[in-house]
Amino acid sequence: MGIWRRLRNVGFWTLCGLAALAIAAPALWVLYTVFHQSLPVIGWRLLTHNTNAGGLKNAILGTLWLLFGVLVLAGIVGVGSGIYLAEFAPRGIGQVARFFSDVLAGMPSIVLGYVAYITLVVQAGWGYSYLAGVIALSVLVLPYIVKTTEVALRQVPTALREGAAGLGMTERIILWKIVLPPALPGIMSGVIVALAISTGELAPLLFTVGFTDNNPSLALTHQQVPYLTSVIFTNLQLPDPQAQYLSAAAGAMSLLLLVILILIGRLITARSVKATRRMAL
Amino acid sequence: MTSFHLKATPADSAPLPQRQGARARRALSRVDPMRVVLGALALIPTLVLAFLVYKIFSEAWPAIRFNGWSFFTTKTFTMGNLYGSALEHRNGQVAAGGAQYGVLAFVLGTLLSSLIALLVAVPVAVGGAILLGEKLPAVLQAPLGVFLELLAGIPSVVFGLWGVYSFGPWLSRSVYAPISHLGLPWLSAGVSSNGQGLLTSGLVLAVMIVPIIASITRELVRSVPGNTREGAAALGLTSAESVRVVTLPFIHRGIVAASVLGLARALGETIAVLIISGNALNTYPVSLFAPFSTMASTIAAMLDSALTDSTGMAVHSLAEVGLVLVSITLVVNFAGRYIARSLGTNVPIGRGA
Repeated sequence: MGIWRRLRNVGFWTLCGLAALAIAAPALWVLYTVFHQSLPVIGWRLLTHNTNAGGLKNAILGTLWLLFGVLVLAGIVGVGSGIYLAEFAPRGIGQVARFFSDVLAGMPSIVLGYVAYITLVVQAGWGYSYLAGVIALSVLVLPYIVKTTEVALRQVPTALREGAAGLGMTERIILWKIVLPPALPGIMSGVIVALAISTGELAPLLFTVGFTDNNPSLALTHQQVPYLTSVIFTNLQLPDPQAQYLSAAAGAMSLLLLVILILIGRLITARSVKATRRMAL
Repeated sequence: MTSFHLKATPADSAPLPQRQGARARRALSRVDPMRVVLGALALIPTLVLAFLVYKIFSEAWPAIRFNGWSFFTTKTFTMGNLYGSALEHRNGQVAAGGAQYGVLAFVLGTLLSSLIALLVAVPVAVGGAILLGEKLPAVLQAPLGVFLELLAGIPSVVFGLWGVYSFGPWLSRSVYAPISHLGLPWLSAGVSSNGQGLLTSGLVLAVMIVPIIASITRELVRSVPGNTREGAAALGLTSAESVRVVTLPFIHRGIVAASVLGLARALGETIAVLIISGNALNTYPVSLFAPFSTMASTIAAMLDSALTDSTGMAVHSLAEVGLVLVSITLVVNFAGRYIARSLGTNVPIGRGA
């Protein structure tokens, strides 16, 4: 092999190696910054005290409570919508709905926040509230759930549906007993990703749920809800170092939540791979 | 059924009611309540989109009337004197005295920062993904996938935190300060001690969209059939030549699609830019190092104070900024989808995580 070709080969892979380094290094730096900055306040206090007492309990509870709302609202609408698009939609309607759902995915999140603020907080008179935030977040992740649900259902072999129809099963039985079970892991991992996105979002919540140092209440409207990304954002701008540590700690906590969600998603996907293999046999 | 029974006979007309019954039953089964419910749910994303577009447009309408064309040709965005009694009347619309709204500086900020992000992110993401996809042992692929997924999911406010505590100050100290001494055009003025500005924001945006582009590219690299690669090796190609001849032709369409997704994310990014941009108002960025603003960050930064404008024109003007942002994002989305489709692929949807 000529020396030039060999050199070019080495040169190419060196560049690729540098690129890989450029992916990993900033990411590790981000993680280091967050954990290093939060070291002074890491401890059980974060879980047992509220934000006005150097803890994050209310923000963690609020985030989980918001995620639950998204799970219910975006989950039901998104999965139902995905089922319709994959199984029942006439060609034309399916294409139109799919197209607009994709367009919705491209909406800047601050615009969602603005419209949610004007419509729900002001005009509907809910004030900064749980429901306004859940709706804004749900709109944000809805297209995601629709897409993953549809893809998961389309991966179920048509032969299964045909076989079931051939045995005389009704449409409803086919959907519930034949098509949904093998697609369920795929659908669930899509929902998990949607929850992961919701965990890290702030722009749609900034003007819809407000914040409070108290624990989140169960009220749907007129009660502000604390959440982690708000703590990061607000405390980051305060001059007090203790507040800045808490900001980083809230960042670390949302990263931890993210890792948990990703791992759950991976577990489910691994099971879905097994299920698909079983179907193929 | 009775194709050999060409002539109508009394026997033929007899079962007709029954057949009608069957048709009615079929029609009834077509309105299966489950289908209706699911179909109604499937309409929701479309209705929500229509509502969003209608709402942002109708909120912006008074501002569109008030600002006219100067909205697109001026860079000054000021709500005027919110506490004075003087009012500004224009085209039948009322705003606070001295109010003036121009979006140009924000449009420029959004486009420039996203462009920087894209120019930096695409080569890095593609180069890294090729290395990881082609050379990394299979055992490490799954953990790497989790790592990339985690990176793509890091909240943007956390990137903001990193940018303002670590990355920005470091850039300002170790990169911007020495370079600005050289006095080059575009690379001297406006350095702040914590590095808030255009280039910092562009680089942070790049870090944010790299995992998106890289994880898609890595999947593409891994989907290249192994035997084509073996064929290239059998012909005596080096592994770098094999990437150029075999891998890249397989994946270049997908890279375009992934880049469009990354660009769309950068255009709409709000919080990270809000923290790192320095929020310069009424000015174009004087250099790559100087503070600036984007459309998204301005909406987030000003909505609170805009609410105190009793004429409402400040809030309406922010809606008009949002309308411009939506239009640009949608154009990029459509153009990207069109290009991707003409190349025979699809733009994946999503916000990265």
